[in-house]
Amino acid sequence: MRLLKKSPTFNLGKLAAGVTAASAMVLALGANTVQAKKFDGVTVNVMTFTGPQIAEPLQRHAPEFKALTGATINIITVPFSDLYTKLLTDFATGTNSVDAAVFAPQWVVDYADPGYLQDISANVAKDKALEESDISPFFRSFSTQYKGKTYLLTLDGDFHMIYYRTDVLKEAGLAPPNTWDEYLAIAKAVNGQDMNGDGKPDYGSCISKKRNAQAYWAVMSIAGGYLQSQGTSQGAFFDTKDMKPLVNNDAFAAALHIYKETSKYAPADEINLDVGDTRGLFTAGRCALTIDWGDVGTLAIDPNSSKVIDKVGAAMLPGSTKVLNRDTGKLETCTATSCPHAVDGINRAPYAAFGGWSGGINAAADDKVKQAAYEYFSYVSQPAQSNKDVTIGATGFNPYRLSQFNNMQGWLDAGMSKEAAENYLGAIKDSLNSPNMLLDLRIPKNQNYQQVVLDTALARYLAGEIDVNQTMETIEEGWDELNEELGKAEQLELYKATLGL
Amino acid sequence: MSEVNQAKVGFAQRIDKLTPQLLIFPTVLIILFLAIYPLLLSAYLSMSRFKLVSGGFELKFVGIYNFKKLFSGSQQYHFLGTFGELLLWEWLIIALFIGSFCYWLVRYFASGKASVIGGIGRLITALVLSALTLLAFSVLNGTGHPGSLMVTLFYVFVGVAIQFFVALGLALLCAQKIRGKHFFRMAFFIPIMVTPVGIAYAFRMLMDMSQGPFAPIWSMFGLAEFSWAADAWMARWVVLIGDSWQWIPFLFMVLLAAIENQPKEQVEAAQLDGAGSWRVFKDITFPSIAAVAATAVLIRLIEAFKIIDLPNILTNGGPGIATESMTLHSFIAWRTQDLGGSAAVGYSLLFVAVVICVSFFNFVGQRTVAKGA
Repeated sequence: MRLLKKSPTFNLGKLAAGVTAASAMVLALGANTVQAKKFDGVTVNVMTFTGPQIAEPLQRHAPEFKALTGATINIITVPFSDLYTKLLTDFATGTNSVDAAVFAPQWVVDYADPGYLQDISANVAKDKALEESDISPFFRSFSTQYKGKTYLLTLDGDFHMIYYRTDVLKEAGLAPPNTWDEYLAIAKAVNGQDMNGDGKPDYGSCISKKRNAQAYWAVMSIAGGYLQSQGTSQGAFFDTKDMKPLVNNDAFAAALHIYKETSKYAPADEINLDVGDTRGLFTAGRCALTIDWGDVGTLAIDPNSSKVIDKVGAAMLPGSTKVLNRDTGKLETCTATSCPHAVDGINRAPYAAFGGWSGGINAAADDKVKQAAYEYFSYVSQPAQSNKDVTIGATGFNPYRLSQFNNMQGWLDAGMSKEAAENYLGAIKDSLNSPNMLLDLRIPKNQNYQQVVLDTALARYLAGEIDVNQTMETIEEGWDELNEELGKAEQLELYKATLGL
Repeated sequence: MSEVNQAKVGFAQRIDKLTPQLLIFPTVLIILFLAIYPLLLSAYLSMSRFKLVSGGFELKFVGIYNFKKLFSGSQQYHFLGTFGELLLWEWLIIALFIGSFCYWLVRYFASGKASVIGGIGRLITALVLSALTLLAFSVLNGTGHPGSLMVTLFYVFVGVAIQFFVALGLALLCAQKIRGKHFFRMAFFIPIMVTPVGIAYAFRMLMDMSQGPFAPIWSMFGLAEFSWAADAWMARWVVLIGDSWQWIPFLFMVLLAAIENQPKEQVEAAQLDGAGSWRVFKDITFPSIAAVAATAVLIRLIEAFKIIDLPNILTNGGPGIATESMTLHSFIAWRTQDLGGSAAVGYSLLFVAVVICVSFFNFVGQRTVAKGA
């Protein structure tokens, strides 16, 4: 009884204490909720290629972004040759294990048309932190937009350029090449010299030529100056009259000849070298010349790996004094009419190869995941992050913001001399401002045209399996076949649209 | 017995008769679902053009277009190869081969033991072997270049032959009473337990002439600037060596087990009678292991047709397409969304592999088993 009597009092006391404690907890939770981060519990699966470039900055910024927003960014990497298909398969089959991806902006045509990519136009318009107006107009439009909508966020700016060893050329009394013939002549002249003081003969030229990798752009970098002379809208892949591939003519033959000729002054296993390998050779001081994206400029100043600090010059892709007459298929010497953009009689067509790694978001992802993915890409692209990233060779990110071109301090802080920085940024700016810039192919299935047909034919050509004419015929036949399969008229319209026609 | 009872007995008997079929029906269903259905689906795929569209995919029936592309169209170089010009003596050798296949057929039909199935089987074998002979001479004569079909056959026939003889030699050695033979057995068996991708990467490292572990040796012979990966036949041999390194242990273990089970009394009796090692091997050991050896070779043949990891990682199929096997060819087509083309290569591989393996089973395996028995 006593117990019975006491117990209600005791229970009431306990209850009161419990209620107080619970109230305190609720209040505390309430306080926590106020402090909770925007994307707590949200995981974003982002796919890109194995790298280590591109994946490195994405992985490095992920914990910072988590600390700021609570979102977990999970970076998934696959080999470059698998990236296009992995994404397409994931989106199309409805697997949707990938919430967002960083890939070639060229592929946007194959991902956006079927509705796999989220239209982020509104997000970009509202995003002040992105400072979109600071992004160079070319990368802001060509690399991110498709049919008037924005599907991608630019994280990287890509142009093919040539790099040369300033000390080696100076010692040989040679100037940087303006034409591809000069490129060959320099490569030949300095090939076999010891360029890094290890007592071993080094190479005149190192160009990545590996199949199923990122090598197939180089041939168009050479062919561009022969194929396109009337300005960017002329295009260099197909004739805009009838979608006839521009790969079976004297211009492409000349490019193929030069492409193969460079191998004479290169490492014996050049056909097995990926871009990472040629970059390693160049920064180890083993090559006098190379064709590459902006990465070499920043890798060359890495004190941990580079033996060529302040010994590297960059220049716009060389050109040609002869250009293709599309009616005859023959090369003709440049005139004021045939080469309106030529300087000193040399026509150049700097190649916006690849266009720069860009981030896109799966339209089928959850809204909160999509928002987190957008904010993550925006975070990586914002000047605070990207202005530093583009100065680090390991990131694979190259300059694409106006502030990155104009603010020299970031480059000086990274270890580049003022002269080297001006030279490097100048080469990119010259390419970017060229009225005869060569745009990369951006029609449906462009990956099949380039990464399959062109890449395989080039590999066979380099292996000596087929000659120049057979190579051109093979590429032409393959591209014609794709045109027929996909609809020539539709492909032509889309090709013209990418050229602004 | 009433009519009702008769009907009941009749039903029960029918059920009794049907019991075996009913019991195996679930298994048949599973096999149909797991094996036959994908086979039929991929057959349809090989005659279609695959296209991903919003929310799924679209398959457009294109008939034999994908096969036409492989045998006479834009992918002929890739699959069959690039044909070179044949000289008169090459034509004569081809004629000799085809003549012998015809003679073999005529002898079979004239034997009086010919059956319809046997006749059709032999006819298909003769036709396929004739076509492959013609193809081999056309693409391997110096002016042509082999496609993925001939490269696969190189890996299969040359690779399996090398693997068999090396494995047989090692098995004969390890069957001797030598010190440490258990260690050797274990050591020889290790490669088969390593993942093919690991083997490919290991060989890639070993074969790096300028930076690999053997670089000083290559350098001593002036080969530091030589690239095996740039030469088509060197690259194929490197792939084949890697494949052999991986698969010799399998044949070695099977052959060793067979050798150790040979009749020891016969061997001892022969040795007492003064028979030499070769005589003992030829007349006792080989006949007693022949059946097992034939089975092991058949399994290895089937497996060899599917080679993909080594050429993919070691050479990426290069230089050019020099080291591409049919499986790698199919995989590359698949990777580029050409599922129809990929399935067409896959079906062609299936056809060639089935004809060669069934022929081997019928004309070599069964006879060896019969002799062994």
